[in-house]
Amino acid sequence: MPRRNDIQKILVIGSGPIIIGQSAEFDYSGTQACKALKQEGFEVVLVNSNPATIMTDPDLADRTYIEPLNHAYVEEIIRIEAEMMPPGAGKFALLPTVGGQTALNLAVDLADSGVLEKYNVELIGAKLEAIKKAEDRLLFKDAMIRIGLEVAKSALVNNLRDGLDFASKLGFPVLIRPSFTLGGSGGGIAYNREELLEILARGLDLSPVHECLIEESILGWKEYELEVMRDLADNVIIICSIENFDPMGVHTGDSITVAPAQTLTDREYQKMRDASLAVMREIGVETGGSNVQFAVNPLDGRMIVIEMNPRVSRSSALASKATGFPIAKIAAKLAVGYTLDEIPNDITRKTPACFEPTIDYVVVKIPKWQFEKFPGADDVLGPQMKSVGEVMAIGRTFKEALMKAWRSLETGKKTGAEVLDPRRLTQMLVTPRPERLGYIRYAFEQAMSVREVARLTRMDPWFLHQLREITLAQAAIARTTPETIGADALRRLKRLGLSDERIATEWKLEGHDGIKQVRELREKLGIKPVFKLVDTCAAEFESMTPYLYSTYDEEDEAPPTDKSKIIILGSGPNRIGQGIEFDYCCCHASFALKEDGFETIMVNCNPETVSTDYDTSDRLYFEPLVLEDVLAIYNHEASSGAKVGVIVQYGGQTPLNLAQRLKAAGVPIVGTQPDSIDLAEDRKQFGKLLDDLKIPQPKGGTATSVEQALAIGEKIGYPVLVRPSFVLGGRAMVIAYDAESVAKYMREAVEYSSDRPVLIDHFLENAIEVDVDALCDSKDVVIAGIMQHIEEAGIHSGDSSCVLPAVSIREETLNVLRAHTRKLALALKVVGLVNLQFAIQKDDKGNDHVYVIEVNPRASRTVPYVSKATGIPLAKVAARLMTGRTLAELLPEQLKSGKDLDVGSHHYVKSPVFPWSKFAGVDTILGPEMKSTGEVMGVAPGFGEAFAKAQLSAGHILPTGGTVFFSVNDHDKQALIDLARRYVNLGFKIVATQGTANSLEGAGMIVERVFKVGEGRPNAVDLIKGERIQLIVNTPEGQSAYFDEKPIRRAAVLARVPTITTLAAAQAAAEGIAAMQIHRTQVNALQTLHRER
Amino acid sequence: MQAILALEDGRIFRGLGYGHPGECQGEVVFNTSLTGYQEIATDPSYAGQIVVLTNPQIGNYGTNRADNEAAKPYIEGLIVREFSPIASNWRSEQVTDEYMERYQVPVLAEIDTRALVRHLRTFGAMRGVISTSVSDVDALVAKARAIPKMVGTDLAKVVSTPTIYTMTPEDPRAQLEDPLLSSVLDQTAGERAWRLKVVAYDFGIKLNILRMLCRENCDVTVVPAQTSADDVLALKPDGVFLSNGPGDPEPVDYAVKSIRQMLGRVPIFGICLGHQLTGLALGGKTYKLKFGHHGGNHPVKNYRTGKVEITAHNHNFAVDPDSINPSEVELTHVDLNDNTLEGLRHKSLPLFSVQYHPEAAPGPHDSHYLFRDFRKMMEGWKG
Repeated sequence: MPRRNDIQKILVIGSGPIIIGQSAEFDYSGTQACKALKQEGFEVVLVNSNPATIMTDPDLADRTYIEPLNHAYVEEIIRIEAEMMPPGAGKFALLPTVGGQTALNLAVDLADSGVLEKYNVELIGAKLEAIKKAEDRLLFKDAMIRIGLEVAKSALVNNLRDGLDFASKLGFPVLIRPSFTLGGSGGGIAYNREELLEILARGLDLSPVHECLIEESILGWKEYELEVMRDLADNVIIICSIENFDPMGVHTGDSITVAPAQTLTDREYQKMRDASLAVMREIGVETGGSNVQFAVNPLDGRMIVIEMNPRVSRSSALASKATGFPIAKIAAKLAVGYTLDEIPNDITRKTPACFEPTIDYVVVKIPKWQFEKFPGADDVLGPQMKSVGEVMAIGRTFKEALMKAWRSLETGKKTGAEVLDPRRLTQMLVTPRPERLGYIRYAFEQAMSVREVARLTRMDPWFLHQLREITLAQAAIARTTPETIGADALRRLKRLGLSDERIATEWKLEGHDGIKQVRELREKLGIKPVFKLVDTCAAEFESMTPYLYSTYDEEDEAPPTDKSKIIILGSGPNRIGQGIEFDYCCCHASFALKEDGFETIMVNCNPETVSTDYDTSDRLYFEPLVLEDVLAIYNHEASSGAKVGVIVQYGGQTPLNLAQRLKAAGVPIVGTQPDSIDLAEDRKQFGKLLDDLKIPQPKGGTATSVEQALAIGEKIGYPVLVRPSFVLGGRAMVIAYDAESVAKYMREAVEYSSDRPVLIDHFLENAIEVDVDALCDSKDVVIAGIMQHIEEAGIHSGDSSCVLPAVSIREETLNVLRAHTRKLALALKVVGLVNLQFAIQKDDKGNDHVYVIEVNPRASRTVPYVSKATGIPLAKVAARLMTGRTLAELLPEQLKSGKDLDVGSHHYVKSPVFPWSKFAGVDTILGPEMKSTGEVMGVAPGFGEAFAKAQLSAGHILPTGGTVFFSVNDHDKQALIDLARRYVNLGFKIVATQGTANSLEGAGMIVERVFKVGEGRPNAVDLIKGERIQLIVNTPEGQSAYFDEKPIRRAAVLARVPTITTLAAAQAAAEGIAAMQIHRTQVNALQTLHRER
Repeated sequence: MQAILALEDGRIFRGLGYGHPGECQGEVVFNTSLTGYQEIATDPSYAGQIVVLTNPQIGNYGTNRADNEAAKPYIEGLIVREFSPIASNWRSEQVTDEYMERYQVPVLAEIDTRALVRHLRTFGAMRGVISTSVSDVDALVAKARAIPKMVGTDLAKVVSTPTIYTMTPEDPRAQLEDPLLSSVLDQTAGERAWRLKVVAYDFGIKLNILRMLCRENCDVTVVPAQTSADDVLALKPDGVFLSNGPGDPEPVDYAVKSIRQMLGRVPIFGICLGHQLTGLALGGKTYKLKFGHHGGNHPVKNYRTGKVEITAHNHNFAVDPDSINPSEVELTHVDLNDNTLEGLRHKSLPLFSVQYHPEAAPGPHDSHYLFRDFRKMMEGWKG
């Protein structure tokens, strides 16, 4: 069946901000879908609230709406788009299957409420009935039983009593799975009544339909997943099988997974395949990709269907990268009528997409967790996903792939120096935690048997045997020396995937020099990796697409070309502080330089991303971003004698950490040089530069001992901001109010050394923070955007909402910022992008004082946001600057005018999104360490409305009436009076704690008093739980109060009451509420906004 | 144990030897299936061939008696990237290494199998020798060149059963009770009205074909390749099955003759070599493919339904579609990768055949329906 010519316009719904359970993989799938549909000549309309995505680039759709993903806004988009269609035009369709659970739920909502019918919009990709059958646990269970498949014993409950009754029938432990939540949100395993009540209550609350499934425990069973595609002609194919290294009980997103399945006989595999096909047909997924998950009892092979997702998913992104089969792209084509046999396989070009990829390598995915960012969070892995990102590696064997993936994780810990507690060995093997892999290796070092480890972990002995082989081989290294090992033995180690670093560690060769010694020995002995192709067909057919991985094997099949080339180093696994924004920049570098005629080469190890789509660059190396691997790629590419340049400033901190060593190894870095990057990081040198330029910065110093740190604190005055060098996302950064906290920090919080001292700065209280992004070609500077933070200085810039253009900074102060930016960019010889952070503090006379907080001569987190607001693709322009082009050539008008890039008549507010709901018990207070996982953008003519939209997109629904609870520190009491009055005028009632109430009553307001948590009952928490409070404004009082107020913040998160922790943000919220009270739902397409410039 | 592969064109691969220490020789072909190494090893169609598996991890789930496709392995030798020294699966009865040693199959591991596959893809399937005596490379290459070529070789009569035997649905070898074989797509199995009698020509028949026929409630009498048509018809079968098998179909002229004699007198279903022989019997020609089809992921379009089946393949030869008389014979299946003819059906007489393996084992079950079609054809013929 060919393309459906009756369709004219297609609305694609994205997945919104990056959150745990829904990450960059939906940018990848959405981007693929948009590209495919546009190529097919459809009019593509996209809505997504996340500005950091590639999919929201204005050239990927005909109209791109960066708007809240909720009913009202999407209905408005549909209304406008339907109206725009001329009479007699084709159909208007909605593709809901590439935007994760968010898009699917929204589509169901729009269908159920009659919006789709009203505007005559057809759901394509998955029909309503199929979505419901797959998502509704009861319907799903019935469907499975109908086709003769087993499911775990279970019952749906919507109250605690039914849950308890059923659980006691099943016997503990039981699983709790809330309906219609993503990433297993709110799920858990209960071993007793008490736990059941707790988890069930949370699950019922999180489920949009207040429903949970109580399920028989199949903990310890083997877990599998099949990626399936079906077309309108009922052709069904399996793209990939995935086997979990971690047995049942750990969410797939938190499991180490392996493709293809390794321990199934053909009969078992085919039974699973037959079942997957039957599930697709029974559920009625007519077109597109789905996954079906299975559990298999390792003792007798009993197979149970766990669930299916009638849409592309995290694992379909993984499967696409693992096989070279672009599931989302093909799914989009199937949705518009094509059948699989009509679509060519991109990789072979000669054979059709209607086949099942076969692979001649092994793929391993390892999740990345960041519990260190959330003190108090439970790091036990269970049915609710907790990881923030993942890495994938490809090797010819499981061992090689596993070890490559392991080193891709960038744990920051020294290889082989993981902190292992022998007394906890059994516990760490039995209970899944992020460190389990390390403990398994430790167990084998301690001569435990595979059988014993398998009994404790319930992992498949085959996987464990592989780990044991690696462990024993590594342990044997220490019995050799670099002189005695010989080529054959060293090659064997490399074939096991052992890094130069691990080998160096065993030989006690220290630091970067030690690793270098191993590398040189290896090269001397002629032991180099070769590069092989991911080709969907195990070499049966010729491959046209250079999607490469390294392995220690015989034949290299990817000779470099002699074209001028640029290697772009990606940002590795998604993590807090280094997310999709950097992938956006890397992709843009590739797009721009491809247009300029370079061969672009991407290196990355994150399977969720657009950068690791084989379509993005001329060549893709799916490799760890570790010096050893990057150098091997460089040497390989440079061996043709072609000119090669490497971009390190786009992948966040990951490539920057390699920059100096790459340069030392003779690798040409294009753009800002590593020396400048180091200069900006080096306290002393940078301080001197600022002195020379007469640019003020907060007083500060560096310390490598407790005594030094205390002396500096004394000298510059408290509070102080303390942090380690060379980190992104404010890792381990704190505000210390006294000497004691500084001493504690130095003793406990971080490691430091003479080349990586702790940085201590005076903390500017009550200052406005500003981010500036600028472009520089070493001669000229163009200021791209001055973003005013809505939260005060001291809250990590990534966790602060900000607005473009600045809304309350005087022009002359802006001019000071501009002048500082220009001076610094030129002084640092920036070629490319630079990001500066300033703090503006008012003195008693009302004069502004501008301080530089930091300068980052690299792409920043805000680049995509500023690009979307200004319509100028900053990362593309900057990439071109790196290859020698100039601002005079690329942005002549903007350069001549000397003005910042134009944002037109609208306000663009960026707001962060936090993972609090995933980490029970964690304090939700904001500080200098970044905690947000993603961001959204709100666009509107006025600041208030833009802020309200951003808040809405971030999941904070600002109330338009009700009661505000104020509890502010002494410092804020004066300023609160005007603000509170504003809320009263907006029609809100006020509740406040003692001190705050006194001051508000003094100003003539009517205030209801409430106790602080420690004081008595009813307290603020009682009111929150009693749904008496709709908005919380709580500015914390120094460090001690953090703990007292924590229960309030937690209760608010659970009750989903928006909590604001700064007066500045409360002010913005008031503006937003005022805008919302007018009940305006206005949407803007980016293309229209950009056209008005 | 060091081991070596020497190809007739002089290319050498050095690796480690497992399984049977010693030497083997044959035509080197690659198979791209991800699962089912035991079924592949025991498929008689691989007689005379050394098989390189593209899945780099082989041996992981061990071996068991139920998964055998014949009483013993028929491959001459096995080449893998990594060979598992342990077996991990509830069905496993013997570690793969021991199994290969027991049946004297040499295994070459730790070579760059992808490089070998690319070599075979580029230059075509070629003869080779695996040896654990690795010193005299030139002698091994010479030995490879001396191996009889596949073209013109009748291997069917070599692997065929010497005597007649039967398999009924009640036979434990039919494994009717195995829950792994009762596919969810096949829920009506066991409800067939009456039992039919099939005579199966054994040119190298796979056990799963017999199991599938038993599942269709057939008693199967397996006869040697050279059994005459008269002898077969004397058994009064409801249908005749022509099995898969190794080697070149052309020298198997005795079977071609028998098929011609049976045509129109009894329903006939052929698979693989059986299909090629059917093609020859209908006046067509066969030819050798460059490196053959060996794998479990081939898209085959069924012209009658318009749907694509993902199928298991194992053939080095194929029937030339242009050599088939279109007024008599309908072409029913084609491989979408390279347009190889994969199935045909006589327009007026009860005969159909497919080039690929609907019995799978290993491979997808998409084409199981062909056994049901065969049954229906027999039922219809019987009236």
